Amino acid sequence: MSSIAVSTTINGDDVEFLCRADETLLDVLRNRLGLLGAKEGCGTGDCGACSTIVDGRVVCSCLVLGAEAEGRTIETIEGMANGSELHPLQAKFIEHAALQCGICTPGFLIAAKALLDVNPEPTEEEIRYWLAGNLCRCTGYDKIVRAVQDAALEMRGERA
Amino acid sequence: MRYERPETIVQATHLLAEADSNAFVLAGGTDLLVKMQSDGFEADLVVDIKSIAGMGDVVEADDTFVIGAGVPCAALGENDALVAAWPGVVEAANLIGSTQIQGRCTVVGNLCNASPAADSVPALVAAGAKAKIAGLGGTRMADVLDIPTGPGKTSLKKGEIVEAIVLDKPLARSGDAYLRFIPRTEMDIAVVGVGINLVLDEGGAVQSARIALGAVGPTVILAEDAAQALVGSKLEETALDVMAAACSAASHPIDDKRGTVEFRKQIAGVLARRAARIAFDRAGGN
Ligand code: FES
Ligand code: FES
Repeated sequence: MSSIAVSTTINGDDVEFLCRADETLLDVLRNRLGLLGAKEGCGTGDCGACSTIVDGRVVCSCLVLGAEAEGRTIETIEGMANGSELHPLQAKFIEHAALQCGICTPGFLIAAKALLDVNPEPTEEEIRYWLAGNLCRCTGYDKIVRAVQDAALEMRGERA
Repeated sequence: MRYERPETIVQATHLLAEADSNAFVLAGGTDLLVKMQSDGFEADLVVDIKSIAGMGDVVEADDTFVIGAGVPCAALGENDALVAAWPGVVEAANLIGSTQIQGRCTVVGNLCNASPAADSVPALVAAGAKAKIAGLGGTRMADVLDIPTGPGKTSLKKGEIVEAIVLDKPLARSGDAYLRFIPRTEMDIAVVGVGINLVLDEGGAVQSARIALGAVGPTVILAEDAAQALVGSKLEETALDVMAAACSAASHPIDDKRGTVEFRKQIAGVLARRAARIAFDRAGGN
């Protein structure tokens, strides 16, 4: 099977890669580009562990072909922190102990970031609906929701 | 597998028409990529249509809305004019999957995947939506109702692509609604879905109605007797009773783990009553 040459932008950098036609974006990120943050929980769009932002929309990278990345703008968990400075969501996840094994965490963080980008002041209900496509087997979700609420508060500058 | 990303609809139809076998259109991929993971499924050719001009646009003209085949359902909910015109269609489209799925899934894909439980399809049928279909011989229009022919099967011919859904602007004093039953609060497959569109006369009584039932037959069902039962009424209980009974009678569901035949038939009527109320309110009825 011949390879497809793809040019794309990932976390602000121009990236070029070769992939097979049937390779998913998740496979490309993990196996070809060494970006191991996005996880494969299911491979069928059910768990959200592979969440990635493509052209401003959070999607399951396991349901995107690598070839579809051509000309697009992709954000992954690797681009979330500013150097060694954690994104407020990342800091609040640690503070609230919103992770245990951590497998679901990159997906939750990316999905939560996409939410706060469009809705800086979500209600608890909005957070729970928005994150319903992210599954966690460890935390019971409550701490995740609290962490997102707290991060939103901090990002709005309403509390340091 | 071969991946192609044509830039014109003509190229896309030729690719599909000339393919030997197992050729698929890729729009949002939320059904196709899941199938690609399953054993025994083989795709020899995938034609990604999203680079074709217009596929990613919702175009509002004087009389219509045209929803391109590549428009993610999330974008429908962000289109205020479309939400105001066809709230039931948008609600149905926005019920599909999670946030992540909403970012990719399309109404055209929902239609062409031809699942009997597709959420957006009953709403589109109630709204009288049409499909704009490109093929080797040019473009044709078909009623959305006539696209699915059975589970996973459509009336599209080889090489044909649904390039857009066309919705007329709603008539004065009209309103639509879609409700579905699932055993949890979200992210599940409809056990029953009901789309309704009502047009009222100047006196506020129902002048015409369209009721479409999902997940209670191999394809979406246009329940004409049920719709007729509402004509002339202001949704009085007697009219609603006749309408609900006609919905149950029009339903021919299967028994499966998500619902029994009996349950689905009854729920079709219950949901239709509730959806009719919402549509009536939206049409300005009281
Ligand atoms: S790995 Fe993509 S949704 Fe589970
Ligand atoms: S922390 Fe283990 S799955 Fe969420």
